[in-house]
Amino acid sequence: MTKPHDQLGINRRGLLAGMAGAGLLGMSGLPLRAQETPRRGGVLKMGISGGSTTDDFDVRKLADWVPVNQAYMVMNGLVEIDSDNIVQPELLESWEAEPGATVWTFDVRQGVTFHNGKSLTADDVIYSLNLHRGDSSSAARSIVAPITEIEKTGEHQIRITLDSGNADLPYVLSDYHLLVVPEGFDDWSNPVGTGPFIPERIEPGVRGRFVRNEDYWKPGCANVDAVEVVVINDVTARTNALMSGQVQAINAVDFKTVNLLGRNPRVEIVRSAGGQHFTFLMDCTKAPFTDVNTRLAIKHAVDRQQLLDTALAGYGQLGNDHPIPQTDRFHNSELPQRTYDPEQAQFYAKKAGMDPLAVTLSASDAAFSGAVDAAAVFRAAATGVGIDVTIDRQPADGYWSDVWMQVPFCMSYWGGRPTADQMLSIAYESTSSYNDTRWANERFDRLLKEARALLDEEKRREIYWECQALIHEDGGAMIPMFGDYLDAVSTELRGVKPHAMFNLMGARMAEKVWFDA
Amino acid sequence: MLTLIAKRAVLGVFTLWLVSVLVFAGTEILPGDVAGAILGQSATPESLARLRAELGLDVPALQRYAEWLLGFVQGDMGRSMASGQPVADLLWPRFWNTMALAAYAGAIAVPLAVGLGIMAAALRGGIFDRVSNVAALAFVSLPEYFLGLLLVLWLSVKTGWLPSLADTYDGMGLAAWFRATTLPMLVLVMVTTAQILRMTRTTVLGVMDQPYVETAFLKGLRNGRVVLRHATPNAAAPIVNVVSFNIAYLITGVVLVEAVFNYNGLGRFMVDAVSRRDLPLVQAAAMIFGGVYVFLNMVADIAAIALNPRLRHPRGKEA
Repeated sequence: MTKPHDQLGINRRGLLAGMAGAGLLGMSGLPLRAQETPRRGGVLKMGISGGSTTDDFDVRKLADWVPVNQAYMVMNGLVEIDSDNIVQPELLESWEAEPGATVWTFDVRQGVTFHNGKSLTADDVIYSLNLHRGDSSSAARSIVAPITEIEKTGEHQIRITLDSGNADLPYVLSDYHLLVVPEGFDDWSNPVGTGPFIPERIEPGVRGRFVRNEDYWKPGCANVDAVEVVVINDVTARTNALMSGQVQAINAVDFKTVNLLGRNPRVEIVRSAGGQHFTFLMDCTKAPFTDVNTRLAIKHAVDRQQLLDTALAGYGQLGNDHPIPQTDRFHNSELPQRTYDPEQAQFYAKKAGMDPLAVTLSASDAAFSGAVDAAAVFRAAATGVGIDVTIDRQPADGYWSDVWMQVPFCMSYWGGRPTADQMLSIAYESTSSYNDTRWANERFDRLLKEARALLDEEKRREIYWECQALIHEDGGAMIPMFGDYLDAVSTELRGVKPHAMFNLMGARMAEKVWFDA
Repeated sequence: MLTLIAKRAVLGVFTLWLVSVLVFAGTEILPGDVAGAILGQSATPESLARLRAELGLDVPALQRYAEWLLGFVQGDMGRSMASGQPVADLLWPRFWNTMALAAYAGAIAVPLAVGLGIMAAALRGGIFDRVSNVAALAFVSLPEYFLGLLLVLWLSVKTGWLPSLADTYDGMGLAAWFRATTLPMLVLVMVTTAQILRMTRTTVLGVMDQPYVETAFLKGLRNGRVVLRHATPNAAAPIVNVVSFNIAYLITGVVLVEAVFNYNGLGRFMVDAVSRRDLPLVQAAAMIFGGVYVFLNMVADIAAIALNPRLRHPRGKEA
């Protein structure tokens, strides 16, 4: 069972991979090779976790790693987030916003054909977007909800009108559900797209084989002759498959064994820093966390570095009690890093009239693998400060329905979002149904709305910096660490890069890589 | 004899029914349901309620069970709640995968184990007896996933002789299939051989201490002949019992082995179904596992009786 409304339903066991120093983009030793010219040929075999027998290619329901990766083999998105976390054109070639960022004009790429021979037009893009709009069961429904109108303004041009200004619209359109199929298409077991590969044989939850689309439009891509996906949900089996050379790429490496795996001379570890982070949630409407001083006492009572080293084996970076990662262009780099400070913690506990402060923390490895260990590490540090922490260990099953957003203090996580606005809106805006700390701050809500419509990057930066400071000081989430996505690939593969959004190069690895000569 | 089989069959059906009740009750007790598992990201209270109604989850548990049972006895296993596909379409291919692996392992393990067990008994106290005993104990004691990982390390990662993934698919050649499944087969052979070997040796030795065996020796017969012609046939019943028990294990107990080697069998399938709370799939898989177990136990009991004249003709009738 996955957490409601998170970016990707991450396999519980797979998640333990997640963690490595953000801000280390490009330090994995891979980029030098990435500059070589792609070479054609070979069959890429990928061992991916997160697949089940119920998977198909219905873009409205994509919810796990295998279907998402396979969907990107067959179809293209509207835009693409590159390895530096910047939006790039894909099937939408260029765009322009009118002042106020409410009305946007997009040019649809010309000369692109679907696998069935039909050429791509504005109608296909509009149909694909409308799949998620209105009375749709799409998981991306809330993402496109602000779109009030989509008009065809030319054979290869559309105009999108929003209910209010959003300067990040191109980023919003990078959501992995927003893939393009031909107008009227609905046979989700036999997908047709404009993507780099054409499905040859698919056994849901078991395996899939895709052959190269010889007419693929994207330069330097679709280098391998075919891609074979083997669904391997067990992390040990996945790792063995890579070490024995049966697959050349795996996702969600176990961080407990990643160092051992990295010693294998035929294997390279890919550490992708991103927005995935782990949270200790304090419900601001429930005692004793209604008092900001209690929240601050907790925030000072954790040894973040120790937590990172113990629970995540060092594969992450320190969090500063706000959800915007260093990879985001709006990350507040001048906010002082909060550290383990017994005096401050005691000071705030006393100020809250809680001496000694006693709290019960609900924990389960459903929050993230290693969460129960993390809770124990936190308890040890908090005890040193005089805060009495009782750990209430909960089963993973039912955690998201019975514990999360139900108890006053529990552990959780958030996957990364392409923009600061999305992250702040979903988890901290007081009106969001996923505001999981029930924090309500009028100034924050107002600032967030204001920044959304601003096209001036410098002004937006100032506002987002203040938003982060507000959450850091007043919010209900103690965020001790961010975690990276960990993949591993064979050294025969070239063109592999870390990616800020997801595992496996933002789920687009298949089209990018090639084999060493 | 026929009444006996009929009796056992009725008892078997009753056992299966109990299994179905237990599994149904067990999945009801688990927190969360299939509606929550399907919706995941977009699970608002309203959409959950709507989906539960669509799937018929709002009906009382007893009624759902009765409906399922009624369908099942008519041969209808229902449809997967998560995908709507017929359970039979999803289940049988995986069942045959599991059966194929079990057959591969059983065909090697059973003759090997019985042969080695008899040899160990014949050479009691010798070096062969001791070595086979220690090895068997070691294999029985190690968890099968650990054995599996050791084999993967030595035969796959270090040497590259065999693939670590038991990656099978429709239309693959027979040679490729054998190559892909040899590692899991080896693990299963090790675990089952050890048990059967020890049981065979013990039973044969037990018979060897009987007076008629002594008589056979006193007649001047050679050791090998006494073991094979006099002792082993009388030890057959318990051996058949342990063999069928191990075959049942090969089919129903391979979940861990299937996970280690990523084999697309029924065990792994059932684990996935449980985690998604897809009740019809869980029920169907449990019934198949239960059925196999009951059937093999029945075969073992009947074989034991058929092989033992004293049980075949109970004294009670003469009295």
